[in-house]
Amino acid sequence: MTKLIYFAWVRERIGKPEEDVELPAGIETVADLLRWLKSRGEEYEHALQYPDVIRVAINQEHVEHREKISGAREIALFPPMTGG
Amino acid sequence: MPSPVVPVVRIQAQDFDIAAEIARLTAGRADIGAVVSFFGLCRDEQGTLSALELEHYPGMAEAEIARIATEAVQRWPLQGLTAIHRHGKIAPGENIVLVVATSAHRQAAFEAANFLMDYLKSRAPFWKKEHRADGSEGGWVDAKETDDKAARRWKQPPSE
Repeated sequence: MTKLIYFAWVRERIGKPEEDVELPAGIETVADLLRWLKSRGEEYEHALQYPDVIRVAINQEHVEHREKISGAREIALFPPMTGG
Repeated sequence: MPSPVVPVVRIQAQDFDIAAEIARLTAGRADIGAVVSFFGLCRDEQGTLSALELEHYPGMAEAEIARIATEAVQRWPLQGLTAIHRHGKIAPGENIVLVVATSAHRQAAFEAANFLMDYLKSRAPFWKKEHRADGSEGGWVDAKETDDKAARRWKQPPSE
């Protein structure tokens, strides 16, 4: 199982802060994950409509969409950050 | 060589005391020549904001700011570095973020504080949501391309 965590408007649109998912075979990269998630229902489609803007962290470190997700315990999806 | 500086990083809901944080870095030392502090406030330009709500990624927020701060102490000859970021609901006029850098000469402290703020804005996992004075939800603050640009300029080697 992989833990997915959502923040800000990604969390609001998906409608939950986190979930545990069993990733299907063939999901190797962050980009694969985003494509698969987007097909899981309207709320995911709404949150991930523009996958390019979604930022991703694996085990609490920023990664690019081409990054492999094997071994990820925790994958977080969120909009561009607006701290400071 | 002096021992490496370990940055102080705190993520907290409560306000911070700027004078106390500066004193923590300077107390009992006579080798510091420059202290640069920056603090960012919640601002309300139109008079329509009741508060900003800062959501953060617990664990990663600390870790990411610590990574940026560690890069800063490796890049500039600092004597101390503190970064504090608040989360939760913050009213206009209240503090959001504090950076204090100390060094023998001013340039290192100025540049390190600037670098830390630029990186923090585009890489620290915080998101601002507006709450309007009329009770309506104001929505999420959009990230600015200028903030990304500001962070990218530090990729070039520093001009010595």
